[in-house]
Amino acid sequence: MILESLKETTISTESSPILQVRNLKQHYPITKGILSRTVGHVKAVDGISFDIFPGETLGLVGESGCGKSTTGRAIVQLEKPTEGEIIFEGKNLADFSSREMRKIRTDLQIIFQDPYSSLNPRKRIGDLLSEPLLFHKLVEPFEVKKKVDDILEVVGLPRAYVGRYPHEFSGGQRQRIGIARALILNPKLIVCDEPVSALDVSIQAQVLNLLKDLQKEFQLTFLFIGHGLGAVKYISDRIAVMYLGNIVEIAKTEDIFKNPKHPYSSALLSAYPVPNPHLRNKEKIVLQGDVPSPANPPSGCKFHTRCPFVQSKCREEVPVLKGIDHSVACHFPLS
Amino acid sequence: MSLQNLNSAVIPNSELAKQQGELGKEETYLRVIATRFLKHKLAVLGMIMFTLIVLMAIFAPVIAPHDPFEIGYEFEAKPSAEHILGTDQVGRDVLSRLIYASRVSLSVGLGAVAIYVVIGTILGAIAGYMGKWADMIIMRITDVFMSFPFLMVILVLVSVMGPSLFNIILVLGFLGWPPIARLVRGSVLSLREMDYVKAGVALGYTAPRILINHILPNALAPILVNATFGIAAAIIMEASLSFLGMGVQPPTASWGNMLTEAQSLTVLAQQPWLWIPPGLMIVLAVISINFMGDGLRDAVDPKSFK
Repeated sequence: MILESLKETTISTESSPILQVRNLKQHYPITKGILSRTVGHVKAVDGISFDIFPGETLGLVGESGCGKSTTGRAIVQLEKPTEGEIIFEGKNLADFSSREMRKIRTDLQIIFQDPYSSLNPRKRIGDLLSEPLLFHKLVEPFEVKKKVDDILEVVGLPRAYVGRYPHEFSGGQRQRIGIARALILNPKLIVCDEPVSALDVSIQAQVLNLLKDLQKEFQLTFLFIGHGLGAVKYISDRIAVMYLGNIVEIAKTEDIFKNPKHPYSSALLSAYPVPNPHLRNKEKIVLQGDVPSPANPPSGCKFHTRCPFVQSKCREEVPVLKGIDHSVACHFPLS
Repeated sequence: MSLQNLNSAVIPNSELAKQQGELGKEETYLRVIATRFLKHKLAVLGMIMFTLIVLMAIFAPVIAPHDPFEIGYEFEAKPSAEHILGTDQVGRDVLSRLIYASRVSLSVGLGAVAIYVVIGTILGAIAGYMGKWADMIIMRITDVFMSFPFLMVILVLVSVMGPSLFNIILVLGFLGWPPIARLVRGSVLSLREMDYVKAGVALGYTAPRILINHILPNALAPILVNATFGIAAAIIMEASLSFLGMGVQPPTASWGNMLTEAQSLTVLAQQPWLWIPPGLMIVLAVISINFMGDGLRDAVDPKSFK
């Protein structure tokens, strides 16, 4: 019965977005000397914009240090953005007082990458999960225990575990507890910050399936940050590719995988290992050089230093993200 | 919403059963530390010695053979059956005074440390968590406090306030916090970057709740180790002050002011019963506490966890 209702909640891009990110910038000052003079900025996120629609999963991929996690942290307000707007359900998060913000936070949750540092080692699982409920007074005190038991069942852990401490669990179980903690306040949007990259491959699949099932069950919207393309492909409806603080391409998952338009996306995809040797692409695009420093990004298109198809225009003009369903920021997109 | 038809199928049943079987042994962090502490032989020895000293202090009136203030025996008598450790220059029983003096040392040790642990933890936690200008101000004050010659400031303050047990506790307590503040600040700085603290922020908890419920319990171990060594240091400090005449004043007995009598050469050479016992007590008390501190430090050291 529930499964039927789930099918109806497939993504409809016509509905209004639950989250709009507009020109988000996150710059960290580099200071020098005893007077802490600012000598420059690390441009971790340098003006990105995207929308997430209710019920969908937007995957965010890119190399280490391209600003994926910073974006996720800015959305759940763990860091104050340097510039730009984060609009959740039509309201700009920067406009809220800290008291109002605490209420909004119940709708915006985050699942962390490292299941070993994301749980307080001194708290029993039961306390860990009941504290948010008691703090926000979302349920009557006598209902808390039931709600905690229910959420443990939802994430596939026996309710008898409430009295245990985090160190008594395996990585996969800890990640389930992290998911339970993010779920317990009935959030609308969950930022999954590489939730499976610290886990074994077999456990990864379990956790990904769990996330998929939860999404259907509770009509959740995910921003799924990851660098394992397999996981991102499996869970995402749409994918945004980031390079050096900017989104270079954003499109439906199958479009990106079948027909990448940005040279960086296609290089990233060709690095994705294909298990079947007969299906392997003969030509592998191997990028030359390292990622440039985000403190001193290249002029024009930031990718021009490593792009195999670079032309003089790329060095001078900054490309903008163009296109409706399949947007790409490139002067000479691949076809 | 219905929670029933959710997939708990992700964990195979056999694994579930195995996990439930292990449910019986529940190990808490504190229990792990206690077990490891008890395996440390010197620490256990220290704990036994320290417990004996504490018991001696608590039951002083029961144990002491004489009134420590009573003058009326032979002056400077050698140890005998009546006075096991002899009598002092005004004819008081040395053993009784030694037993009562343990109360002074322990109250100074525990009192001063209790005061400065509280001050140091609060200031260090605020500096570490708030950062920016709060950190800047608190840490500069800490630097100032740490750059004074410690003993001189204490001597001046005690002579201004008047030497008494209570004043010594206050002065040592209000001057001893800077190392604790630095220690706590350091722990808080690293703990506040932990994901579980970020999760607390994302869950909307207030800053005091995050600090008290989530950060400080995890910073407790180094504070506890430091406080243990601090007790020993405070006992030595009290003995030094009393020896210099700026500490606990006679007729109240303290191990330090009992040692004062050894300033005279005749006592030093010919009446060892007047200064060896209090000296020995100071050494025993400090060593026992330091052994415990060592054991505690090893027990909470995450590197030695298996």
